Amino acid sequence: MAAETPPRFTEERINRDLLGPLFKTSGIYYVSAGFLLLVSMVVFIAWGLQLKYGIGMAGKNRPSFWGLYITTFVFWIGISHAGTLISAILRVVQAEWRRPITRCAEAITTFALCTGSLFPIIHLGRAWLFYWMVPYPNSRHLWPNFQSPLMWDFIAINTYLTGSVTYLYLPMIPDMAVARDKATGWRQSMYRTLALGWRGTEREWLRLEKAISIMALIIIPVAISVHTIVSWDFAMTVMPMWHSTIFGPYFVVGAIFSGIAALLIAMVAIRKYFRLEHYLLPIHFDNLAKMLLTMSLLWFYFTFTEYLVTWYGNESGEMPVFWSKISGRYAPLFWLMVFCNFLIPFPILAIKRLRTIPLIFFASCCILVGMWLERFLIIVPTLVHPYLPYNYGHYWPSYTEMAIASGTFGFFVLLYFLFAKFSPMISIWEFEEGLQVAARHAGEMREPTFVGQVVPGDVHPGH
Amino acid sequence: MPQWGMTIDTDRCTGCEACVVACHAENNLPIAGPEQAAMGRTHQWIRVERYWEGEFPNVKAKFMPVLCQQCDAAPCEPVCPVNATYHTPDGLNAQVYNRCVGTRFCANNCPYTVRFFTWFTPSWESPLNEQLNPDVSIRTSGIMEKCTFCVQRIRRAEDTAKDEKRAVKDGEIKPACAQACPAKVIVFGDMSDENSEVSKLSRSNRGFRLLAELGTRPRVVYLKGGDA
Repeated sequence: MAAETPPRFTEERINRDLLGPLFKTSGIYYVSAGFLLLVSMVVFIAWGLQLKYGIGMAGKNRPSFWGLYITTFVFWIGISHAGTLISAILRVVQAEWRRPITRCAEAITTFALCTGSLFPIIHLGRAWLFYWMVPYPNSRHLWPNFQSPLMWDFIAINTYLTGSVTYLYLPMIPDMAVARDKATGWRQSMYRTLALGWRGTEREWLRLEKAISIMALIIIPVAISVHTIVSWDFAMTVMPMWHSTIFGPYFVVGAIFSGIAALLIAMVAIRKYFRLEHYLLPIHFDNLAKMLLTMSLLWFYFTFTEYLVTWYGNESGEMPVFWSKISGRYAPLFWLMVFCNFLIPFPILAIKRLRTIPLIFFASCCILVGMWLERFLIIVPTLVHPYLPYNYGHYWPSYTEMAIASGTFGFFVLLYFLFAKFSPMISIWEFEEGLQVAARHAGEMREPTFVGQVVPGDVHPGH
Repeated sequence: MPQWGMTIDTDRCTGCEACVVACHAENNLPIAGPEQAAMGRTHQWIRVERYWEGEFPNVKAKFMPVLCQQCDAAPCEPVCPVNATYHTPDGLNAQVYNRCVGTRFCANNCPYTVRFFTWFTPSWESPLNEQLNPDVSIRTSGIMEKCTFCVQRIRRAEDTAKDEKRAVKDGEIKPACAQACPAKVIVFGDMSDENSEVSKLSRSNRGFRLLAELGTRPRVVYLKGGDA
């Protein structure tokens, strides 16, 4: 095996680079993890106070019954489209360059979902009763209301979370086996459990490949449906500028858009922190940046269509909402969103000379800000401009809300950070398989192989 | 089965807000206080909306009492994930406090903005705490509430009528707002009875339904224009 890889990627080196972080922990790591833990604690302390004193601790009011929590919820569910969806698409089309990206992308999905799905519970008036939405035979003799988009949401997100965790875990099994063989003590028993007795026989490889392909095909429609259903929380209502037929695809496009941006930010961080410059190459950033450019254009197209049609329709209920965004109270945020999502990233991503890793990183950060604003601008201006003008209101988030909403960014990074200590952030076997494929293409393959046969069982030492 | 409904004659309304006060007293509405009120957290199951008609100096103030319209096709009902809001056979749009988990989706989907959320555990300053209505449950923190058409009065009248082996008479039931109104703006009764006062008034050509174009089919008919 080692003979077939280019000299700079020996098996030993790959194991050292990718497995190293699992066993060696630097002081910086402890400091950063401690800081992130503190930030996460803020979320749970603020939430605890809100539970104790009442949901009034959040700055919501009549008519703005939803606010920062739902905005941030939609934002995180959008981020979660980074991983699973993108990795699945790249797997299905067998894009070779996907190999070092899939693992860190899939991890984003799982942890963004863990973070995002906190919000529908945090925002409940009686959060301790959230399980009433779970459909199970119960003493109340009532099923949940399956007509409610929130119920669809609950089911869709749970499906997506289950699917994503499975899809993240399947390709991890061979890597867990490698870690098992390297580890000692409690770590060894943990990885032994997680490796599910993986021995790397040909049959196991074939089954794993099959399972991954099936999951990749299943997860794509699931991901699309999840954000469509999130958009239906708004589109199914009668409220001005919420009741829109394009919300489904509009939200999906926005989700993939912010998802790729988040993935690029994570890749820059992983590359720098774990010194993986030889694994995450400029070509990976360049390819993803082109996808990001496509999504930016699509996002602009959808936004333009949505607002043009509203303006042309000139309905009395919708126009106050429309003008509040274009030239009214929310105009600064609206135009900042247009800048962040289109006017800044478009030249950076379109012009080859500007498509460098630092500028891609900058554009991605802008896009995350812009996409958060987009969700805020969908939710709040509609709520504060209900049909009867007597009830026009205002909304300003309270400190509790701000602490919880911003703190979850720390919580997400913490989960991601801990995961990086627990699993290689680049899939070792997939990377090695990629080297083999490359070698085969170069005509250096000695052993005959057939398509579909992948890394033989001797990937990890000990077998 | 009677079908409860209401007419509100906006030409008669003087904007005195006696209905608002009566509703607070009858239905144990929490008093928000100035700070919470400024945040938009008042509980007014009925409110008097004031609109100006015409240009200065020829301006006219117009008053429109707005309460839950008890829509036949209520947008608030299908969106609740836990069935806390539902339709009773006699046409009331009911809120089951015990079942509500507080998603506030119903309030977001109400085009009339007549749903109210209990942000904190309610409390009443003395002596208001001595006058709570024993017929009406006090709502806990974190749930949605709204106008019930004074369902406690409806049920009591129905019980009395049943005991006396007769039907409920027209005008026998008066919600607190209707009872308190000095200008007799609000009329309540059985819409399915052709001869009831509310039924006759609702068929008047002065009648209109609020935001009827949304297809919510409200049970409240407003009257406007012409001699009252």
